[in-house]
Amino acid sequence: MATETHTAEGQGLADATGIAGDHAGASAAGMPQLDLSHFPNQIFWLLVTLVVIYLVLSRIALPRIGAVLAERAGTITNDIAAAEDLKQKAVEAEDAYNKALADARAEANRIVAETKASIQADLDEAIAKADAEIAAKAAESEKAIADIRAGALESVQIVAKDTAAAIVSALGFEPKAEQIDGAVDSRVKG
Amino acid sequence: MATEAAHDEGSSLVFHPMDQFMVKPLFGDGPVHWYTITNVTFWMAITVLGVLALLVLTTSKRATVPSRGQSMAELSYGFIYKMIEDVTGKDGLKYFPYVMTLFMFIVFSNMLGLLPLSFTTTSHIAVTAVLALLVFGFVTILGFVKHGTHFLGLFWVTAAPLPLRPVLAVIELISYFVRPVSHSIRLAGNMMAGHAVIKVFAGFAAIAAVSPVSVIAITAMYGLEVMVAFIQAYVFTILTCVYLKDALHPAH
Repeated sequence: MATETHTAEGQGLADATGIAGDHAGASAAGMPQLDLSHFPNQIFWLLVTLVVIYLVLSRIALPRIGAVLAERAGTITNDIAAAEDLKQKAVEAEDAYNKALADARAEANRIVAETKASIQADLDEAIAKADAEIAAKAAESEKAIADIRAGALESVQIVAKDTAAAIVSALGFEPKAEQIDGAVDSRVKG
Repeated sequence: MATEAAHDEGSSLVFHPMDQFMVKPLFGDGPVHWYTITNVTFWMAITVLGVLALLVLTTSKRATVPSRGQSMAELSYGFIYKMIEDVTGKDGLKYFPYVMTLFMFIVFSNMLGLLPLSFTTTSHIAVTAVLALLVFGFVTILGFVKHGTHFLGLFWVTAAPLPLRPVLAVIELISYFVRPVSHSIRLAGNMMAGHAVIKVFAGFAAIAAVSPVSVIAITAMYGLEVMVAFIQAYVFTILTCVYLKDALHPAH
């Protein structure tokens, strides 16, 4: 084998291609790629292979993969749109919630103010009434006190006159009512 | 290189780095006609099954939340779809199935070729040349159908000063026709070289003294080759997109 190879190689490419038609053994000496006798076989089967692959790809595989990719892209787009929609709805719901909260708060404030006002009115009324009553009571009491004071002054004069008369009579004089009255009155006033 | 090594080391060390690329009938040992079922047929059939498994089987549920397999199918779809959209613009998406077919075939062939004892269909210039010529022919016809003679504006660089334009036109024309050559040889060469180098290292593994080094080298090369297998499929596809862009928008 080694010597055969050696001689064949010396003759080079022309020889390899020249005797290629005879048998494969000789062509193995050079490059099998240059053995022209095998070209028709390779080219024929290559074309068959390419046609088969092309038909399978263009009829089945590529449309299918393309459809799957398009479908996925569509699904993703739809999902993103749906998510966007839901997000919008969530924002709206939050707004509605906030609005309801604000309304409730305002309503509560209004009720509080109203209640406060009505309580204040009641209170004012009660205070006014109580003031009036207190004033009435105070006036009444003042009058009673004045009466009592007047009564007391009178009593003091009577007691003083009686006491003066008793003292005068104890001293052995005849008490004279006019003189005693006058003296007491002038003293009390004094 | 193979023969030199074989002579130096004697009969104990035999390299057959190119044997893995031989086209053989799958059944029997007869001649290889164009219709013969060979290892090429076998590995191309596996490629078809691999593509079917990745892109059809995994997506059969059409799940909105994808399984792992379906994720991979969708990633492959998105990878090529985005590539065409980025390079050629929206109007190139019409040719998405063609580009996808090329990419899936090449990436599966390259990866399957890395299985031990497998046959790498894309390591053959016959295969990659047909792929490249299909792209070249398709793109050229598309350019003329879409733009008529305006497609020739691709070679007439209006941005350059007038005296330079004929020179540039010749250069552009040559580079245009070199495209399928570089397009095909890049892929086949990368595939072949990596596999051959791994085989050479594997041959060295027979010598006890260097076998650890050899095994480590094979491992490293294998990692590199996995990367190359994907990158070459990517490069082939993105160049296809670039050529497609030239056909759709020939103005510089």
